Amino acid sequence: MNSGSNLEKILEAGHFAFTGELGPPRGADVEAVRKKAAYLKGNVDSVNITDNQTAMVRMSSWAASLIVIQEGLEPNYQMVCRDRNRLAMQADILGAYAHGIRNILCLSGDHQQFGDHPQSKGVFDIDSIQLIGMVKKMCDEGKFLGGADIDTPPKMFVGAAANPFADPFEWRVYRLAKKIAAGTDFIQTQCIYNMEKMRKWVKQANDMGLTEKVYILAGITPMKSIGMARYMKKNVPGMDVPDEIIKRLQGVEKKKVADEGIKMACEQIEEFKEMKGVAGVHLMAIEWEHKVPEIAERAKVLPRPQVD
Amino acid sequence: MIVAERKPFEEIKNMIKEYPKVLTVGCGTCVAVCLAGGEKEVGILNSELKMARKLDNNPIELGAVTLERQCDMEFLDELEDTIGKYDALLSMACGAGIQFLAERYPEIPVLPAVNTTFIGVNKDVGWYEERCRGCGDCVLDRTAGICPVTMCAKGLFNGPCGGTNQGNCEISNDQPCAWFMIYERLEKQGRLENITSIFPPADWRNQIPRTVIQPGYKERQKA
Repeated sequence: MNSGSNLEKILEAGHFAFTGELGPPRGADVEAVRKKAAYLKGNVDSVNITDNQTAMVRMSSWAASLIVIQEGLEPNYQMVCRDRNRLAMQADILGAYAHGIRNILCLSGDHQQFGDHPQSKGVFDIDSIQLIGMVKKMCDEGKFLGGADIDTPPKMFVGAAANPFADPFEWRVYRLAKKIAAGTDFIQTQCIYNMEKMRKWVKQANDMGLTEKVYILAGITPMKSIGMARYMKKNVPGMDVPDEIIKRLQGVEKKKVADEGIKMACEQIEEFKEMKGVAGVHLMAIEWEHKVPEIAERAKVLPRPQVD
Repeated sequence: MIVAERKPFEEIKNMIKEYPKVLTVGCGTCVAVCLAGGEKEVGILNSELKMARKLDNNPIELGAVTLERQCDMEFLDELEDTIGKYDALLSMACGAGIQFLAERYPEIPVLPAVNTTFIGVNKDVGWYEERCRGCGDCVLDRTAGICPVTMCAKGLFNGPCGGTNQGNCEISNDQPCAWFMIYERLEKQGRLENITSIFPPADWRNQIPRTVIQPGYKERQKA
């Protein structure tokens, strides 16, 4: 499938992909999106636009994606199963494609209990694996989930998430296999801090032949502070922050902690560039978009390749 | 069984404040077992209401009856001769029983004294947990007897999601992850192949009021 996605072209050409993330604002501030996009432009191949992340209401993912396109960046439109049923999802996918969106990331979504509307009804009409299958069916077969023909089918480069660190670890690679069987073209992982576990998971995926069928982008989030590292370790479900990470951050001067965080991220990126089965890195610099140019520079992933 | 909880007292009191004569109708089946709306609970509620209304200088005349089952017309018929004396019926049955009572006696207001919570199990006396959402398309054969629709906070058919937290659900450390349990049990049974293939999107059959007609009933109708 050639969706016309830049990310797809980069990966197909065998380049090491580098993607970013942009969280839409908690309001209708177009300038906020443009400002964040400016830091990412030219430094990433595609940028994930989150969909009501952590179950907090934000500008919709497709709408922020369109602003990002105007800014000359390629969006990776995130869609969660929490807020829409299959009718709304398919309608949004058609609309997104019609407006030039070419990547979609299929996610379950954080439970609504985490966010600012814990009273809401979680939809979860379909789950993330079923969503992958639905997008695939729309694109490849030109059919809606219900079976009817789509007059002009969309073409999307389909992505999904994987968390090698949530238990049961032994099952994670099989769940990856299910996402591949459902039709995902690429995978972005949860933020990686436990490199040993990541290496093990990638090896399992290699051994099962999965990395020949899917592009895996390793998720990186640089630690900004010791507090952030502690918070992620304690409070973010499915996040694995080994004590060494915290110790290493504690070992540097207070002013240099953020710098050390970036240094650690760059070391990880260097390792991923060489790791068999990893096709790129997905940088989630949460509310740190202005640091992306520096991180990209220090990770030696610039200039981004141009593929036609 | 169907598990229910009594509504907050103030809510019940407020609901019936205009009625001088009320019949409280308990149910002897599920809600009696879960200690929400059986004969004993009818008695307790009535004495609380009586006292509160007395204090409010708005005395009430309360009747008490507990039917075998409010979800069965045969038992509802028993009230035929008594309800004429009352201004309202206060039902302590589950939502199905309350509605059936209201359907049987449409001329009189029927009010709920309990909140129907779920289809669940008796973990201990006074401790009940949900186990079934009545989705109408049971998959327990494939999921090691653990319902993903009910027990997974996201109702995922292809879990566990990335929020599994040391065997617990991302919503709370007190809530076990259903898919973690499904994995563990299937692994022990050597049946993991049950979940390696993709569960297709569910055919939600609980989106409209449902009816079950058994073949035997059809035969009887024909005859």
